Amino acid sequence: MTAAVIDAATLAELEASAGVDFVKELVETFFEEAPAMLAELKRALAAGEAEPFRRAAHSLKSNANTFGALALGTLARELELGGLDAGRQSGALARVDDAYQRAAAALTERGDG
Amino acid sequence: MADLRHGPARLLVTDDNKVNRLLLQRSLELQGHSVACAANGRIALEMLAAGPFDLMLLDMEMPEMNGFQVLEHLAADLALRDLPVIVTSSLEGLDHIVRCIELGAEDYLPKPVNAVLLKARIGASLEKKRLRDQQKELVRRFATSEVAQDLQQSGFSLAGRRVRGSVMFCDIRGFTALVESQPPEETIELLNTFYTLMFDAISGHGGVVNQMIGDGLMAIFGAPLPLPDHAAAAVDAALEMIELIELLGAERRDAGREPIRIGIGIATGEMVAGYTGTQQRATYTCIGDTVNLAARLEAHTKVALRAILVDADTCTELGGRIATEPLGPVAFRGKALAVEVFAVPCGAPVADRADG
Repeated sequence: MTAAVIDAATLAELEASAGVDFVKELVETFFEEAPAMLAELKRALAAGEAEPFRRAAHSLKSNANTFGALALGTLARELELGGLDAGRQSGALARVDDAYQRAAAALTERGDG
Repeated sequence: MADLRHGPARLLVTDDNKVNRLLLQRSLELQGHSVACAANGRIALEMLAAGPFDLMLLDMEMPEMNGFQVLEHLAADLALRDLPVIVTSSLEGLDHIVRCIELGAEDYLPKPVNAVLLKARIGASLEKKRLRDQQKELVRRFATSEVAQDLQQSGFSLAGRRVRGSVMFCDIRGFTALVESQPPEETIELLNTFYTLMFDAISGHGGVVNQMIGDGLMAIFGAPLPLPDHAAAAVDAALEMIELIELLGAERRDAGREPIRIGIGIATGEMVAGYTGTQQRATYTCIGDTVNLAARLEAHTKVALRAILVDADTCTELGGRIATEPLGPVAFRGKALAVEVFAVPCGAPVADRADG
């Protein structure tokens, strides 16, 4: 993995335009929403539903990029473009889960700091 | 940050993703706008139908009804097709973006949306919308809502179409003497009052004033939109116009001024209706013998000393529902045969022979 967990410049820009406190709330909302997206990826993959799978990946990518979570964004984009086939690659979903956990940890740390 | 030169705009954010929705709402509110949110296309269309919005930010990937379907709905809806839409999406592929623009989206902003770019695009879109609204308002003010609607639906074409309808000419009697007897400001005020009253009576009966000529006007009943019983509508409008002018006259007399009188000519028949002029400057009008005859009848009120004159076709279509009085045949300039002229009796004092 070459991309940074969180791109500091993206997050700083977001805070500058929307306000630090607001971004904290927004991160909380992301934490509330993201597990459902990850669960939807797994469900759609198991059910072989291409469209919901792509949409969940798209949503995850979009939010990851908002917070500068580049690694998570890149993995989610690969799933969006690659569809179910990409999801079936060994360890693909586990890598996305892992990237999310790292991003969440980094965002939490920043928010607390 | 807020640009309130034109007052805050009312914006609708449509996005199924809560983080995106909250962030866009926040950015737009910081720019001074008032923002409502919809979680999918179907909800967005319901909200658009319920209240006016100045602009919509639209995501493409949504369950239930996606952004493409929303754009298609808007394009097919006369009331909504001018709503500016800025697509905000992280769609993959240029062809999707091209399709948004082809479907009528004003602009495309990739996510994550840059706040500065967002502000600039929204400012430009709202400015364009304001210009379009102004244009529509101008068309409405100067072309009547029927013509404006016809223009919006059928587009602009100089070709005419044959319709059956009734044409009315109306003119203030003794206007030149009136103008000479009072300051110009009073004349303008009088003309404004005159036109307000006449427009009221004419549009109240389904007619359309398509020309204002000095102290007179031309109105069409039955074009651009068909009007059932257009002859009776025109005569009813004429009777109301006379009544209103009498009320205005009484008011003027009380104020120590000369009352005004009007003459009205109405003819019924076939005419060619459409836009005449050039591609750059055109006006909606009707032409044909019926129109000429209505103008001649109006001029003839000065000779006949009657306030309302109509032709035989108008009289026939009235079928006795409104009383008419035959005045016999009259030879008009430009007409090979003499024309039967009928007066519609009304309470108005007869028009005199002063200029028109």
